[in-house]
Amino acid sequence: MIAALIYVISVAAFLQFFVSYCRSIISASRRVELSERVREITGIVGEDVPAEDFERLLQLVHLCRESADDGTKIRAVQTYYLLLRVIDYVTRLVMPGVTAWVEREREGCSYFAAVALDRRISLESDQPPQQTTGRF
Amino acid sequence: MRRRFTSLGARFLKDGQMLGPIDYCFWIAGFLLALYVVVWSVYRREFFRYFTLNLYMLCTALVTVGQYVCIQKFGLISINYFYFYHYTDSLLTILMLTVIIQLYLEVFREMPVSRYIKGAALFVIVATGLVSYAVVDQNKSRLVTKFVLELSQNLNFVGVVFTYVLWVAIVKLRETRARLVQLVLALGIYYSGTAVTYALGNLFPAFLKTYAWRWLPPLFGTWLPLAWAYTFTRVSEDARVTTSTVLAGEQ
Repeated sequence: MIAALIYVISVAAFLQFFVSYCRSIISASRRVELSERVREITGIVGEDVPAEDFERLLQLVHLCRESADDGTKIRAVQTYYLLLRVIDYVTRLVMPGVTAWVEREREGCSYFAAVALDRRISLESDQPPQQTTGRF
Repeated sequence: MRRRFTSLGARFLKDGQMLGPIDYCFWIAGFLLALYVVVWSVYRREFFRYFTLNLYMLCTALVTVGQYVCIQKFGLISINYFYFYHYTDSLLTILMLTVIIQLYLEVFREMPVSRYIKGAALFVIVATGLVSYAVVDQNKSRLVTKFVLELSQNLNFVGVVFTYVLWVAIVKLRETRARLVQLVLALGIYYSGTAVTYALGNLFPAFLKTYAWRWLPPLFGTWLPLAWAYTFTRVSEDARVTTSTVLAGEQ
C-alpha cells in the first residue's frame, strides 16, 4: 500500500520535475532571435516555428558538427517532445482541450531545435573551410 | 552512478550475469562527471559558494573508487562490499540532506529564516538517523532481503518530498536564478526517478529480474552529476528564468 502510494506520488513528481526542467531549457532559447541564415535554410517564416518541424530541424542539427555542450539539452528536449506526442495521442479522443496545450509545447520544442541549429551553423562557419567540407 | 552496485544489484547478477561494459561505462561516466563538477567549481572559484554540493560530489567520487576497490578485492556479492555499500550510502544520504538544506538557504537568503531552516534541518538529520538506526536494529535479520529495498525507497521518497517543497518555495517566491532552478529540478528528477524505480521493485518483485531494474538506477545516478555539470558549465550565476514560464509554458 505504502509502496503504491510512493509510486504514484513519485511518478507525478517526476513528470512535473521533468517537464519543468525541459521548459527551463526551452524558455532560455525563446529569448534568442533566429538568424536570417537559419530562416533561409529551414524556410521558417514569422516568430513561431511549426510543431511538426521539430524532427526535420533535429535532422538538420545532427548533420552539423556536434557541439560539446548542447547534446544533453537536445536529448532532454527530444525526450520531452516524444512525451508530448504520447500525451497528444492518448488525450486526443478523451480530452481534446489538452491538444492546444500540447501543440504550444511542441512549438517551443521546435523553436529550441531551430536555435540549436542556428548555433551549430554559426559554429560551423567559424571553422576553417576544409574542416566543414562534406558536412552538409 | 553508484546505486548500480547495490546488494540488490548483486542479487540480480547472481543469475549468471557479470558486470558488463555498460555497467563500467555508467560507473566511469558518473565518477568523471562528479569530479568534473568539483574541478569546475574550484576553477571558477565557486567551490565554497556551493560547498555541500561539491562535497557531496567529491564524496560520491571517492565512494565510487572505494566500491571499485572493494569489488576487486572481495567481490560483488561479498559481505564486505555489502557493508561498505550500506555505510557509505547512509553517509551520502545525510550529505545529500545538507545539499538540500544549502539550496533552501539559497532560496530563503533574503528572509531572516536561516536560523529556523538550520534548526529544522538538524532535527530532520538527527531524526532520520535515529529512526533509521531503530529500524535497522529491529530488522537485522531481514537486512539482506526486502527491507533494504523498502529503506532505499523511503529515503528517496523523503528526498522527493524535500525537493518538492523546495520547488514550491521557488515558485511562490518567484525565484529567478536559472542556475538554482535547474539544480533543484535536476535533483527532483533524480530523487523521484529513483523512488519510482525502488517502489516498482517493491510492488512487483518480478521487476527486480528485468533489465529496467538493472539500468534505471545507474541511469538516474549518472543523471545527477551530468545535469549539475551542465548547469555549472553552461548556466551562469547571472542567468535568469521566469518560474511562471517554467510552470505554465510559453503563452
